[in-house]
Amino acid sequence: MERIYVFKRFERFWHWSQAALIIFLLLTGFEVHGTYTLFGFESAVAYHTTAAWTLVGLWVFAIFWHFTTGEWRQYIPTTEKVAAMFRYYLTGIFTNAPHPFKQTRLTKHNPLQRLAYLFILVLINPLIWITGWFYLFYNSWKDWGVEWLNIEYVAMFHVIGAFMMLIFLIAHVYLGTAGHTPTSHIKAMITGWEETD
Amino acid sequence: MNKLITQLGGTFSLLACLLFSANVTATVDAAPSSGAAATAAAPGEADTAKPKTGSTADHSKFEELDKDFATGPEVTEACLECHTEAAKQVQKTKHWTWEFLNPVTKQKLGKKNLVNNFCTSVRSNESFCNACHVGYGWEDDSFDFTSEVNVDCLVCHDTTGSYKKLPGLAGHPNYETMEWPPKSGKFREATDLKKIAQNVGKTSRDTCGACHFYGGGGDAVKHGDLDSSLAEPGRYLDVHMDADGLNFTCGTCHLSSSHEVSGSRYAPTAADDQGALIRGKNNDRNPTTCVACHGNAPHPGTSVSTAKLNAHTDKVACQTCHIPEFARGEIATKMTWDWSTAGKLDEQGKRIKIEGSEGRDSYDSNKGNFTYERFVIPEYVWFNGDIKYTLFGEKIAEDKVQINEFLGSADDPDSRIWPVKVFRGKQPYDIGNETLAVFHTAGNDDSAFWKNYDWDKALKTGMKTQGLEYSGQMKFVETEMSWPITHMVAPKDDALECAQCHKENGRLQAISGVYMPGRDNTPVIDRLGFTLALFALLGVILHGAVRWFMSKRS
Repeated sequence: MERIYVFKRFERFWHWSQAALIIFLLLTGFEVHGTYTLFGFESAVAYHTTAAWTLVGLWVFAIFWHFTTGEWRQYIPTTEKVAAMFRYYLTGIFTNAPHPFKQTRLTKHNPLQRLAYLFILVLINPLIWITGWFYLFYNSWKDWGVEWLNIEYVAMFHVIGAFMMLIFLIAHVYLGTAGHTPTSHIKAMITGWEETD
Repeated sequence: MNKLITQLGGTFSLLACLLFSANVTATVDAAPSSGAAATAAAPGEADTAKPKTGSTADHSKFEELDKDFATGPEVTEACLECHTEAAKQVQKTKHWTWEFLNPVTKQKLGKKNLVNNFCTSVRSNESFCNACHVGYGWEDDSFDFTSEVNVDCLVCHDTTGSYKKLPGLAGHPNYETMEWPPKSGKFREATDLKKIAQNVGKTSRDTCGACHFYGGGGDAVKHGDLDSSLAEPGRYLDVHMDADGLNFTCGTCHLSSSHEVSGSRYAPTAADDQGALIRGKNNDRNPTTCVACHGNAPHPGTSVSTAKLNAHTDKVACQTCHIPEFARGEIATKMTWDWSTAGKLDEQGKRIKIEGSEGRDSYDSNKGNFTYERFVIPEYVWFNGDIKYTLFGEKIAEDKVQINEFLGSADDPDSRIWPVKVFRGKQPYDIGNETLAVFHTAGNDDSAFWKNYDWDKALKTGMKTQGLEYSGQMKFVETEMSWPITHMVAPKDDALECAQCHKENGRLQAISGVYMPGRDNTPVIDRLGFTLALFALLGVILHGAVRWFMSKRS
């Protein structure tokens, strides 16, 4: 067994604060959506808005970090071993087969992770951000010349984004237990050190 | 800065209260010594001074008023000796003409022309209804609208509280001692016109309220947001009129010039996005709006919540959140009125009255059945300020008549969501003429409904005064009439909470054309989203369970 240092301090801070914000945004967002009552509508709206801006701030730092460190390359998609990854999750993982992907400092995400994160990066996030901003600045539509927009559809796509994020969250949390040991990925995300075979 | 102004305002009104309360003990009739009257006396030493009104004239010193007037018009004549233009000004206003030409719809409105679903019509009942006309002697069509002495100055400018125009006297107060209410065994003393004339002053909640609190034939009956509890309201009932606080009179908002009182129920300002009105910069805007003082971003602060509240002003009228209920005072407002049951008498053939809830009548032979309610949740409508009335003579085919219709829609930038009182009734309809009927209610003649309870005779006379021949066939139709809710503004802590509208089946459930988070969603997306999320959850649980099971086995 070896240990490699995969997640640097900022990356870990980014991950966990982002996780907390996203969970909180889902919680408050679905309350605003009318699914349940938890904080009360007024507070839910205020929390949701504040958390959203906080996440924007976090992202500014994260983008800066990715570009200055070159870590953005970790998200370049690859088709190599994707099928092997699927097979592993569908069968190999049950029979203790070896993991098809060898994690290194330069490729810390497996091919499925790369694809999933890229999907979030180019599809779910833009969908949520753009609809969220239009939603937030509803009163400025006239000044922006986008009165033809329909708040009902803006809200609908925002909700679609929220559902996709919710489903990602469920899968992501579960796959967090699919490492070398059930807790090795989670430990790595906390300490930065991943145990591999 | 705002805080400072509020505090200063509070201090001033407090001072005014102190001065006033200190002075009520002073005898009004005491001969004022010129020195004491000239300087504003401090509270406590103000033995001979009158309540501070801000006026530069003490009317009790005027020779013109130092006489025993026999009638109201005589008083007016004296007033006009100095206030030469006053009557001419009054005669141009709705208070005098009881007519209003809606500039948009071109409908001829005003009390003189409208049929409502309370007492239904002024016509043929003038001597009764016109107790609230700002004039003397309007009992039929022969009334001289050009006579200046017929203008009643006192009804608005009395400060003694003893001036009262009684129904049946065509706008006059009683000049002789008179039994009032009729057959009550109680007597009202002859009106002391000299005392009243010598104490005239600015209008007050009492003078405006003398008519406007009692619209529809009794306290709180008509409007729902105007009743006698506003004469001396507490802060909870009306944050502006609060007698111990800001102490607004009606005129504080309903700014007047040349006797033309601003603010109109016939052509209200439903939306104003031009910000607070700066002194001297009128631009013909209606000063009687919330925006005129509070502007378009009335919620102070920079928090997410206040920003969101300010963002609501493009769709929601201030009144919708800030007047959470109407009839929030002591007195219940009438909500329904069924004329079809009127006229039932007891075995002796006498008028019946049955008391219902809230200490108000639920039945009166003269009027039929009613219901009254307090703390009523308004209904809400899109409203752009235009109101379309169903006027007398208009042909109506339906059994349900909208006496007035508030126009507006979500797409109309001049529309806001407004609270309204919807008053529902049943009233006579002339089948032959296919129109809402006018009937003769009050009077000492044979055909008055309250005399003989005979619809035929009452309708014949009533329709005739409106220039139509009664067809002889009548029925009762259901009618609805809406009234904008704009008074009885609650303190901010009592305003609506977001979730009272932003939920399913909330207050604005019936409002269409807007997407409201919490109320609205796209059901197919919600179903699909939650189903997929559930599958994902079940999937990972199953996957985990198999993993666990397999690892145990190995």
